[in-house]
Amino acid sequence: MLKKRIIPCLDVRGGRVTKGVRFQNNVDLGDPVEMAVAYSDGGADELVFYDITASAEHRPIDIGMVSEVARTIRIPFAVGGGISTLADMERVILAGAEKISVNSLAVQNPQVIAEGAREFGNQCIVLGMDPVQTEDHTRCPSGYEITTRGFREHSGIDAVEWAKRAVELGAGEIVVNSVDADGTQSGFELTVTRLIAEAVDVPVVASGGAGCAEHIRDAFRIAHADAAIVAGILHTGRTTIRQLKDALHADGIPVRMTW
Amino acid sequence: MIAIVDYHAGNLTSVRLAFQALGCAASVTSSPDEIRAADRVVFPGVGAAYAAMENLRSLGLVEAVREAAVTKPFLGICLGMQILFEHSEEDGGVNLLGVLPGRVRRFPNVPGCKVPEIGWNEIEANDPRGFVRTYEEYYFVHSYYAELNPCTVATAGYSGVNFTAAVRKGDLFACQFHPEKSGKLGLKLLRCFVQTPSTEGRS
Repeated sequence: MLKKRIIPCLDVRGGRVTKGVRFQNNVDLGDPVEMAVAYSDGGADELVFYDITASAEHRPIDIGMVSEVARTIRIPFAVGGGISTLADMERVILAGAEKISVNSLAVQNPQVIAEGAREFGNQCIVLGMDPVQTEDHTRCPSGYEITTRGFREHSGIDAVEWAKRAVELGAGEIVVNSVDADGTQSGFELTVTRLIAEAVDVPVVASGGAGCAEHIRDAFRIAHADAAIVAGILHTGRTTIRQLKDALHADGIPVRMTW
Repeated sequence: MIAIVDYHAGNLTSVRLAFQALGCAASVTSSPDEIRAADRVVFPGVGAAYAAMENLRSLGLVEAVREAAVTKPFLGICLGMQILFEHSEEDGGVNLLGVLPGRVRRFPNVPGCKVPEIGWNEIEANDPRGFVRTYEEYYFVHSYYAELNPCTVATAGYSGVNFTAAVRKGDLFACQFHPEKSGKLGLKLLRCFVQTPSTEGRS
């Protein structure tokens, strides 16, 4: 049986892992490679790295870090941030990342999804999306709108429509990172996650808001997510992947228990 | 020397790095002569079967790969396993290398089971040389699967299908999952491949 995945997310800023709430008040948490090793040894099923300042600083992602992570750990990892061309994608893939995550850039230029999927395969292209709840049901019938550039800009695009379009273009997986839940540790935004998980036939990853094992269980059981991204509660040491998985396992969720 | 066959079917970095982590000399090559000269051959691959077969032909690798698959320790991974079979229903039907008996099919769309299968799945195994064992979990990424066949030594279940997770035929071992991305268990498998003496008496 396929296991539900727990994916620690590492936001990298200036070569260090940081964590903030809604992209604000960032705190230094450590070295990305050291943390990758610790999470890999601790039972992470996959990792995701976001170079959170690359895009805003108009510079490519830190390839040296990607290579070092690939040399050091033996589980899959995705990389996002500052990826704007096919050449950027190729550098990340050749450095040893399993997947590339595109977000704001894909909203501006959806063809980057198609180009990346054609070149590297659908399984390599992850669409990250940052939906926020909206009252504007005319433009966004699902009640969720896509934001870009670290929640700063509203696109006017409906989240469910965007998910379907991205999959048609070739996205092999979708990370639904709720703006409303991000950093709150009060649970995933189950409604939008479920809307998208039911609308597309590729795996959906719940992101934003993980505070305890029950939240993750709900993302799997209620929102039908295939994987869950966890950040703050692991980074601060409040819990471990082992503890989360023990609780999920006891609750009857299929998770990888030996590593 | 280990030859990792490069036929432009996906990224070989992870495979190369995994052997490097084991301290094994492995070279990435598209040369039939290097494949013939190698002690062991790794045949990875990600992507579409039709394009991969075309690449093998245009690089002049079909015979060298077929020969290596039946004469020396050989490790197929993912698409590199699927291509060893006779036929795939991918891309409207593709004839494959025919080293192993059987067909490759697409997962049916079943509610609640996304295609591709992405993630860690548990296997049931019966490999005479113990490369893989029951209850072990490995990392899979695939939309197509090989049907069960006489060479199947490990199975896994997804989307209502019990499919081939690994095959063995003499010194040939091939797996649907990615040992190079499967943590310590994956490295253990690669170490088995590197260390197990060939039954043909070659090293």
